[in-house]
Amino acid sequence: MTTLSTKPGNADLAPHESYVPGSHWRNLQDETEGAKLGMWLFLSTEILLFSGFFCAYAVFRMLYPGNWHDASQYYLNWKIGAVNTVVLLLSSFTVVLAIRGAQTNRNWMIQLNLLLTNLCAAFFLVVKLGWEYWPKWQKGELPGAAFTYGNPQGTHDNIFLSVYWVATATHGVHVLVGIIVLTWCMIKASRREFGPRHYTFLENAGLYWHIVDVIWIFLFPLLYLV
Amino acid sequence: MAAHAAHAHPHGSHGHHDEPYYASKGSLWKTVMSWVYTVDHKKIGVMYLVAVLLAFFLGGVFALLLRAELYEPTKTLADGTVTGQMFKGWTSAQGEVTSNNIYNRLFSLHGTVMVFLFIIPSIPAALGNILLPLMIGAKDVAFPKLNLMSWYTYLFGGAFALWALIGGGVETGWTFYTPYSSTTNWGNVTAMVLGAFILGFSSIFTGINFIVTVHKLRTPGMGWFDMPLFVWATYATAIIQVLATPVLGITLLMIVFERVFRTGIFDPALGGDPVLFQHFFWFYSHPAVYIMIVPAFGVVSELLAVHCRKRLFGYRAIAFSSLAIAAISFLVWGHHLFAAETPAANAIFSALTFLVAIPTAIKVFNWIATMYKASISWNTPMLYAMSFLFNFTIGGLTGPPLATLATDIHLTDTYFVVAHFHYVMMGGTVFAFVGGLHHWWPKITGRMYNEAWGRVGAVLVFIGFNMTFLVQFILGTQGMPRRYATYVEMFEGMHKFSTIGTWVLGFGFVIHLLVFVLSLVSGKKASANPWGGLTMEWEAASPPIEHNFHREPLMTHGPYDYDTAVPPHCNEKDYPLPTPKPGMAMAH
Repeated sequence: MTTLSTKPGNADLAPHESYVPGSHWRNLQDETEGAKLGMWLFLSTEILLFSGFFCAYAVFRMLYPGNWHDASQYYLNWKIGAVNTVVLLLSSFTVVLAIRGAQTNRNWMIQLNLLLTNLCAAFFLVVKLGWEYWPKWQKGELPGAAFTYGNPQGTHDNIFLSVYWVATATHGVHVLVGIIVLTWCMIKASRREFGPRHYTFLENAGLYWHIVDVIWIFLFPLLYLV
Repeated sequence: MAAHAAHAHPHGSHGHHDEPYYASKGSLWKTVMSWVYTVDHKKIGVMYLVAVLLAFFLGGVFALLLRAELYEPTKTLADGTVTGQMFKGWTSAQGEVTSNNIYNRLFSLHGTVMVFLFIIPSIPAALGNILLPLMIGAKDVAFPKLNLMSWYTYLFGGAFALWALIGGGVETGWTFYTPYSSTTNWGNVTAMVLGAFILGFSSIFTGINFIVTVHKLRTPGMGWFDMPLFVWATYATAIIQVLATPVLGITLLMIVFERVFRTGIFDPALGGDPVLFQHFFWFYSHPAVYIMIVPAFGVVSELLAVHCRKRLFGYRAIAFSSLAIAAISFLVWGHHLFAAETPAANAIFSALTFLVAIPTAIKVFNWIATMYKASISWNTPMLYAMSFLFNFTIGGLTGPPLATLATDIHLTDTYFVVAHFHYVMMGGTVFAFVGGLHHWWPKITGRMYNEAWGRVGAVLVFIGFNMTFLVQFILGTQGMPRRYATYVEMFEGMHKFSTIGTWVLGFGFVIHLLVFVLSLVSGKKASANPWGGLTMEWEAASPPIEHNFHREPLMTHGPYDYDTAVPPHCNEKDYPLPTPKPGMAMAH
């Protein structure tokens, strides 16, 4: 009896073009701005979450300065860290290109760049696990009481490794969550849900990915280069 | 609730535009599912309300038990040792638990349940969820699905806490100080800490939701200074929730790492620093004190304005003082560590702590000024608002002696501290919560409660509360330390008096419970605006329809314009506007 839409060719529209904001929002712009504000608030909680590690880092570096320096030089290879840093920076660039693809309505560009971003993220995790965590595990370069390495550089190597392990592992979990979220974006992109009119989810996923990168950018010099 | 809804609306699910939000959906199954999958802020708020009331009951039982233990100086509830098992896991490897251990668990569980499961979500997540969108004329919160997720996260965290409780409880107190919490092998600290960690996420989600809601969903024409003060308070609280809770999250996660992997960051035996834990913990937990009390300020502002039928004195001062408290709350955590810091740090934190007294005093003076020459209704919400002012003033003024270094060293870890924070947390927040619950009960349920019995309950709770805690100030100054199951005989009289106070208090709450149950079963139907309030939730029906308002409400008057506006749904004869005094007519 009632027709929902009489606009011709409605079936051909991409989902983003026929997207309707939630019924409690006044318009699409309000909804988009609200979602972005919410995302920025969430990002602030992420920074505060990691602030605990940075505080612990600062306190122990102050307590054991020489030992801290020696442990950093001895246990961590800055070259591996640098490779991972470059890879993450690259992935930040590709995620921006994916958003650009949405803004310019080029769906292939969204999908390709999300794939590249995910490949970078996977590369990061493989290097982390295969070239850092696994050898450390085998050699007993472990945190706290689990530290069994035979040739310690000082009395508090275990605390340095504690901070290293918990901070990088928590960051690694965030990378993993990033892969899940970006894969979800790829599924949405394959359904043509992103376009110039509506790409909030993709943009927020990109913001999350940037914060994961930014945290690493601080972890890398503090842990590897001191 | 479902049965009541079915009773009130026997005509089923048709014509749902006029039905209350909790109306039956036809079959019982459909009705239950309409709650399980709901994204309606009111239903989520009601579910939170039921959950926090259950937590309050549980925490209250622990409190009654531990006060019963303290009724006599040495004799204990269990008298000696317990050889049987209350729950598996409550006994040590030797199969026995001394009564001291039981006492430690009781106060630890009382603290964790009351703080994490009751007070923190009480006003923001329960009342705030129901009222915030109504008060700003919105259909819902900004992210309804996130809101539902926050509720289920709360349940999940609560399940961990329950697991911890059955699996042996905790003896660490709610503060989980290291290295005791990271090394003790009794009880189930890991589960409790994980529970608090998960509950933190629930709190963060609610906070993010409320900030965006206030920014983006106010009805057209409602500026920041047209918002009710409850909204201001909830907004300030949400900021603290978002900025402080992640620090608690990482701190608790590090305790789990300590326990599972022995990372040693907080363990001096491994080169770690236990004082670092205290800094982390209180960086969250002092602001968390304001997560608990600032929403109460909002509730009391509403109660006083409506039941004094008067424009609130110093609206902007009250609004800004909430934000000032939120800001200062992040700078005072060090006053929990006066016994563990350097003198220079102590002096700075002591000075910063005194700053908190300024915005809180501004609020109290404004509230008292509001009551001056007002037409005060002596009903249950107003009794609670006035009890709040009395208790909170005592709780507030006993803060400066604790912020003063010399007196604090004497009073640290005594009953003075216990009495101080109970006067703020219970005498403040719980009183505001119960008062607010009575005030908005007609709006939430569509039923009136029995006013006479409500007053009886309010008076009993007030007397019981003050009997319980006023003597504890004296106990503390005379040197009675916290967290002991036994004490010297000179304190016996005051401890007995305090314990009897808890019975009066408990009796008062039982009366409130009966009043509420009777209201649900056979309460009079509430009108849309039974108190003559001017804020927007009173424009909606009682109970509101699913989308709150039939059409987007317009700002036609400020939230406290009692001198110029007739309350919605009310007759002008019942709410006469004051006749302008000579020479005052031009003021508007």
